[in-house]
Amino acid sequence: MNKKRSFLRTAAAYPHMLWSLLFIVVPLLFVLYYALTVENPDGSFSFSFSNITALGSESYFPVFIRSICFAVVATLICLLLAYPLAYALSQCKVSSQRMLIMLVMLPMWMNLLIRTYSWMNILETNGVINNFFASIGLPRMQLLGNAGAVILGMVYNFLPYMVLPIYTVMSKIDRRYIEAAADLGCNGWQTMLRVILPLSASGVISGITMVFVPSVSTFYISQKMGNGRFEMIGDTIERQFMSNYDYHMGATLSLVLMVLIIVCLAVMNRFGDEDGGVLV
Amino acid sequence: MKTVSRIYMVLIFIFLYAPLLTMVLFSFNEANSLSVFTGFSLQWYRDLFGNEEVLEVLSNTLILAALSSVIATVIGTAAAVGIEKMRSRWLKSAVTTVSNMPMMNPDIVTGISMALLFVFAMKLFGMDSIFGFPTVLIAHVTFNLPYVILSVTPKIRQMDRYLPEAALDLGCTPLQSFFKVELPAIMPGVLSGLLMAFTLSLDDFVISYFNTEGDFQTLPIYIFGMTKRTVTPDIYSLSTLLFVSVLLLLILSNVMQGYAERKEQRKIAAQAGVRRKRKGAK
Repeated sequence: MNKKRSFLRTAAAYPHMLWSLLFIVVPLLFVLYYALTVENPDGSFSFSFSNITALGSESYFPVFIRSICFAVVATLICLLLAYPLAYALSQCKVSSQRMLIMLVMLPMWMNLLIRTYSWMNILETNGVINNFFASIGLPRMQLLGNAGAVILGMVYNFLPYMVLPIYTVMSKIDRRYIEAAADLGCNGWQTMLRVILPLSASGVISGITMVFVPSVSTFYISQKMGNGRFEMIGDTIERQFMSNYDYHMGATLSLVLMVLIIVCLAVMNRFGDEDGGVLV
Repeated sequence: MKTVSRIYMVLIFIFLYAPLLTMVLFSFNEANSLSVFTGFSLQWYRDLFGNEEVLEVLSNTLILAALSSVIATVIGTAAAVGIEKMRSRWLKSAVTTVSNMPMMNPDIVTGISMALLFVFAMKLFGMDSIFGFPTVLIAHVTFNLPYVILSVTPKIRQMDRYLPEAALDLGCTPLQSFFKVELPAIMPGVLSGLLMAFTLSLDDFVISYFNTEGDFQTLPIYIFGMTKRTVTPDIYSLSTLLFVSVLLLLILSNVMQGYAERKEQRKIAAQAGVRRKRKGAK
């Protein structure tokens, strides 16, 4: 009786398993398949490594390097901004912490397009900031279309993803550790370095992962904030897929992106002991 | 030190909210400008509601969000229940890993991989086009599923394991026991999963972008198209509407969670009170 009931229960998961197999696993296999094949004139596919070797060429390799560099810089800036914020938040009154964290998370729920686009509007040559400059007699500055603008866009979009895990871990640090450190003679800075920093490390690693992954794969932010001057992996994939209809190249790029991310995650996991991260 | 951290927090919040507030402000702009605010006017909102194309896109988006979140919640809740009862550890962790993949992968990879599946199906069955409502619906359900499962699973774990057994002892069939006892117990998780799925569906751009074509547009895709042409403040009104609706959904979800929590607390307090009375009576 028990076994039958148990079986019926697990059977409840079968629709989901079927769905996942069909729409999560199989598509990923297709990415692999399309990446390793090219289309013949008659429409059939033949196995070939030419897509992958094309990646080393001039048109693709710099794009990868650029994406990684931008993502690393954006992640670092996010970390530098988010860490003090998370600490400040964890020191507030418990009752206000909940509301403050919701305020931090709220922009995250805003559409990516809208968030990026509104920054564009502020930074444009005819935008809010430049209008202000003009009105007080300063020259208008070119605030968009450069690397800084792209990084700003990334940082703005992904900052909450960095704050949340760090804050969650910090708020769980037992206050008595901090008290003990003070009792043993540490001043504020030493406590930070020797107690809080190591204890919050898992949150930092989560946050880095949650910012690096979307940063390296974004396409809208780089297009809009950089005026199309900085093509990234995401932009290239989008172009191949939607404009060139070159599904094979698009798949190859996606495959490499996935591998890149898996490698980064694996490296991260070696540095962290806790499992995964904290999600919304 | 405290004032420094206060100032820092304020600065960061200004940074986070400045663009959003500018957007809301300029959606009410009188002039056709995105940077000079002349006066307060609702004209852009009026234009929006008079625009048939926009209304169609809006209804598309809402129907898609509603349908995909309901489907994802049904499949996901069943999945969460089933997964918790799995005996085989290997299978359990395999299923969990696979179902978490859309969450872990960047959107663009999830979107592209599904698009490739559809492209292949198109080739296989010799169709002219396949992208449209069905494909984007499938895509939305797929990325909603992990979040539903994530919402429901904690509630399942929190539930008293003996409640369903008690129901069976009292004469329920297993199905009745599920619907009368378990489902109400995990309902807060189910509802929050539903809301989250709905919100994610409304907001999604990248995955939808790769999985739909021409005729069926969602709001974010429509906004994307608008940003490619010359821009007028009605894009801001549209965005503000989207923002406000997501905000309301989040507040609703938070209020419901608070309500559920307080109900639990009252129940626990009542039980403790009953026990104390009984002890006193002895």
